Amino acid sequence: MINDRSRDIGPFVPADDDDMLICRCEEVTKGEIRRAVHEGMWTITEIRRYLRAGMGLCQGQTCSRLVKGIAAKELGVSPAELEPATSRVPMRPIEMRIFANEIKEGEEV
Amino acid sequence: MAERIKEHPILGVQEKGKPVDFFFDGKKISGYEGEPIAAALKAAGVMIHRYTQKQHKPRGIFCAIGRCTDCVMVVDGVPNVRTCITPLKAGMDVKTQYGASDKPFDEQGV
Amino acid sequence: MKRYDLIIVGAGPSGLSAAIEAAKRGLEVVVFDENEKPGGQLFKQIHKFFGSKEHRAKTRGFVIGKELLEEADKAGVKVELDAAVIGLYQDKEVVVKIGDGIKHFKGDSIIIATGAAENMVTFPGWTLPGVIGAGAAQTMINLHGVLPGKRVLMLGTGNVGLVVSFQLMQCGCEVAALADAAPRVGGYGVHAAKVARCGVPFYLSHTIVKAEGEDRVTGVTIAEVDKNFKFIPGTEKYFDVDTICLAVGLSPMSQLLKMAGCKMEDNPKRGGQVPLCDKYGRTSLPGVIAAGDVSGIEEASSAMIEGRMAGLIAAEYLGFIEKEELDGELERLEKSLKELRQGMFAPKNRGKAVEKTDEGIDISENLLKKGYVADDEIERYPGVIHKIGVHPVIECTQNIPCNPCQDACPKGCISIGDNITSLPIAVNDSQCINCGMCVASCSGQAIFLVDEDCGGGFASVTLPYEFLPLPKEGTKGKALGRNGKPACDAEVVSVKSMKAFDKTNLLTVKVPKEYAMKARFFKAEP
Repeated sequence: MINDRSRDIGPFVPADDDDMLICRCEEVTKGEIRRAVHEGMWTITEIRRYLRAGMGLCQGQTCSRLVKGIAAKELGVSPAELEPATSRVPMRPIEMRIFANEIKEGEEV
Repeated sequence: MAERIKEHPILGVQEKGKPVDFFFDGKKISGYEGEPIAAALKAAGVMIHRYTQKQHKPRGIFCAIGRCTDCVMVVDGVPNVRTCITPLKAGMDVKTQYGASDKPFDEQGV
Repeated sequence: MKRYDLIIVGAGPSGLSAAIEAAKRGLEVVVFDENEKPGGQLFKQIHKFFGSKEHRAKTRGFVIGKELLEEADKAGVKVELDAAVIGLYQDKEVVVKIGDGIKHFKGDSIIIATGAAENMVTFPGWTLPGVIGAGAAQTMINLHGVLPGKRVLMLGTGNVGLVVSFQLMQCGCEVAALADAAPRVGGYGVHAAKVARCGVPFYLSHTIVKAEGEDRVTGVTIAEVDKNFKFIPGTEKYFDVDTICLAVGLSPMSQLLKMAGCKMEDNPKRGGQVPLCDKYGRTSLPGVIAAGDVSGIEEASSAMIEGRMAGLIAAEYLGFIEKEELDGELERLEKSLKELRQGMFAPKNRGKAVEKTDEGIDISENLLKKGYVADDEIERYPGVIHKIGVHPVIECTQNIPCNPCQDACPKGCISIGDNITSLPIAVNDSQCINCGMCVASCSGQAIFLVDEDCGGGFASVTLPYEFLPLPKEGTKGKALGRNGKPACDAEVVSVKSMKAFDKTNLLTVKVPKEYAMKARFFKAEP
């Protein structure tokens, strides 16, 4: 059902709490997430790429569950039906200079 | 204002590192070596660690275990340092972070 | 790239337990943990644990942590700290940030014991400094010795919310109230009761409308919600607080397992995204095992058992032990784990509104709505009896897996039986010697020694006390009822602090006779 893109989920209806901040790192609001769903972003991965929600410093540690709940409600499905975002390296905030500094066995850290 | 626990009914008197001075936005304050920077700031009554990039809203400690990254500050010139898990050292230069900079937004021309 | 027999991610209760079992069987084991210190959340747990003797019941969490570290050290476990695992690939390659660089490791088997992360809720002002996770509060007070604030509102009445509220009070914070959108207290009744008797009001079916303040929290407004969790106008209540703590559940931190390609499921009974695994933690990838909260939210006690299972499974997977040895050990551990998974708070009962105890006694309505058992409800439980002389009154009213009180009494005054979730029974024909061991060993602080008539129209009540300053003999004040309201005048007649009590002091107060079954806490005159 989640991939049936012909399904009509109705129009975006503005709500009082649309300015509620959801993604604390990238400062993405509930309204932006809801609107994104109506603009065709039906998966968490799409929402991440579209809005950067969950792509800031904390990598979605705080907001991913909240984003999932909001998107699911908008789509009229249970949050359990939505795939979480792809898990990728690096799982933790890390500076590029460290990420690029590969230490071979035998070398000192 | 927050304060330090002097004696705890279960943990007794908690062991601390040696007292050290460090700088918060240029002002000298003191804390204990090795405790998280955020703990020393909290004990000194500092609540605001940064202002956000888009909405310029204040943020402080939220998770205290290095997950949420809300408590990041500019430490010794390096932005985005998670103060809740970074140990305090003597003489550290800790600054409020504006967006990703230690310069207030008006100085950044934002 | 260095190779290990077993790589464990996370040095918390389950990861360390796994490492110990595997190292004892001869595996070369390394544990990576992103934190500066090992032990996970155990060192923040300053309360006494539940369970039976083999689950380390009545031992405080941080003490269990210390012992676990010693055991790991003895077994030759290598723990790498400040080592954040940033990637896990299908072929069991582990990418770790160590210091200023990245290192790759290959594990012939992998145990993921990354634990859980706190859930959050949103409300206007939730990003203000002063709104913190309950875990953050616990970290600040119990690890760093710094108070998060002076006056706190706690959102959430699960065990985390209840335990952290009590711990905040123990270090001098005032807890203004506990609120929960759910209609019933979510955590153990005994945890709720020890908070309520200190005078903290519970607001069930209430949640936060708004955090007040411009650049930090200066107050909070809560309001009642209806069945659909919509606010009911006119029910708003304002609290003058500087801190708002959020304790609204935990989610497994299972991203590494997903990254590795384990089959996952969204399981609300386990707290969210978890790997599909057998009852011992084996995931869909051979040699990749999950242990502790990452495979389903439970308590540290169960995480430690799951960890031991995982370590043994890794040992058998790599041929360090035979299948027969594994089966024997698993059977033993599973039995122990099953004990913890019984009772009304068992994972299988999550979300169910249990109305009666296993004994068929009605659960206290008041306990679920206000956090304490009402005076007219308490008499129906088998731990509450009346007799001449000093005797234990056991106000344990829910089926939870815990039985230290039974072993604590040298005279057999308390009986639970073989099923550790049964309600404790006060045995009528046994003679209490007023030793106080039951009071101190009850992790729920739910046992009182009462002499309903100690002469001159007075009764004496001995209660557990874990606050500072400790009142002295002769201190006058008020006895508080279970509801935390002053019930009557009281005077401390004895204070006992023994090593065997493990920091739970025993305060005996003298109250008018008619308050023998009502006075349950003491507050000194200011």
